[in-house]
Amino acid sequence: MGEFVMPSLGADMDAGTLTEWLKHPGDAIKRGDVIAVVETQKGAIEIEAFEEGVLDRPLVELGTKVPVGTPLAFIRTAGAPAPSPVPSEIKLPETPATKPVAPPIAVSVAPPAIGRRVSPAARKIAAEHGLSLEGLKGTGPGGAIISTDLPQAARAAEPRAAKKPGIDLGEMRKAIAAAMARSKREIPHYYLSHPIDLTTAQQWLADINAGREPPERILLAALLSKAVALALHAFPEMNGFYQDGAFRPSRPIHLGTAIAIRGGGLVAPAIRDADTLTLDGLMAALRDLVARTRAGRLRSSELFDPTITVSSLGERGVERLYGVIYPPQVAIIGFGTPAPLPRVVDGKVEPRLMMTATLAADHRVSDGHRGALFLLEIERRLQQPDTL
Amino acid sequence: MTREDIRTAVLEGLSNIAPETDPTSIGDAADLREALDIDSMDFLNFVIALHKRLQVAIPEVDYPKLLTIGGAVDYLDAKLA
Repeated sequence: MGEFVMPSLGADMDAGTLTEWLKHPGDAIKRGDVIAVVETQKGAIEIEAFEEGVLDRPLVELGTKVPVGTPLAFIRTAGAPAPSPVPSEIKLPETPATKPVAPPIAVSVAPPAIGRRVSPAARKIAAEHGLSLEGLKGTGPGGAIISTDLPQAARAAEPRAAKKPGIDLGEMRKAIAAAMARSKREIPHYYLSHPIDLTTAQQWLADINAGREPPERILLAALLSKAVALALHAFPEMNGFYQDGAFRPSRPIHLGTAIAIRGGGLVAPAIRDADTLTLDGLMAALRDLVARTRAGRLRSSELFDPTITVSSLGERGVERLYGVIYPPQVAIIGFGTPAPLPRVVDGKVEPRLMMTATLAADHRVSDGHRGALFLLEIERRLQQPDTL
Repeated sequence: MTREDIRTAVLEGLSNIAPETDPTSIGDAADLREALDIDSMDFLNFVIALHKRLQVAIPEVDYPKLLTIGGAVDYLDAKLA
């Protein structure tokens, strides 16, 4: 009999609120199945199983906020003894899949309708008005419920609200503060910076995209991420975790990808095994990740173990980003906003599309010399975009 | 398809990619990236939505023409004419 526990989803998470069961007692569970939804400082997170078996009785009631590590349910493994009888003091939720959570203990969030995507704005309005999302027809992407699907009366009051359920920006700020304060306190950062000529990569992307319909187009962000992932093969000291006084390198490369939340806030979920994905695969993963981050619906495995972080300022930003390492990771790559600049190429000054890449890395694990070589390797990869 | 229909498609496309915002509140000439805090991923999703809904080809080189609501309506109207 295994336990299904409230997982830690990062250095900055100490508790979560169980809001929804997606599997029920008696259901067979495969590794990776989404079992429950937990409301955290990073939004609603889908919690996945780490083992196979059969879901036994729940140990925590819906709406309860519990610390990380608290058992939420038992998972019966094959050949294990029959389930123990349910103790009378534990109340099984009746039809938990279809019944909205009774508003308990200061849960500020409307329970999402089962299996439905709900836009943050719609959730916010529903939560404020105590509306059920059951039975509503969604007209958003993939049938998602958006604010215009809600009854008119509720929408009228929309602008007055400042808080955004699904993602509570106040709570998210606390989580960022906790992680970054720990980073600045514990990690001796060193910083490096290097200008990268993106002219070739940009032209290559434009040529590729010219022959593709919009859904198949690739963004520069995907190219940058792929270059980092491949460069890491030669720099294992940048990929992994510093824990209990020692560095533990990670063989898998799970690329934490900093994603801004409109209105403030930031989450850096992982593109898992980024080095093994094709460029198209990585682009698809990135699109999916951005969409779910902004909708406040990430999976536990994406927050659990990013092995390094990449933060890109995108098209509207400044030249350079000085990263703060997300503990227990040991490095963060920053990409500034690309801009046309004069550059000497073969003895002549030419306008080139330039981007400043930075590295902040942990001096307990690596030195500036290796860090510099790592940035050069990323640059080298970006000069050969057709190999990414 | 009338200009008004196209306009509706543009506004709905924008509110789907930025559900927290109200695209009707910004002017026709405002830069969408600034006014709605849209990044390149959002913009791509906006283009994908318009492409699917209106069945028009929108090559990447034309993206600058779609950076305002007015520009997008003019561009799509011309394409559909």
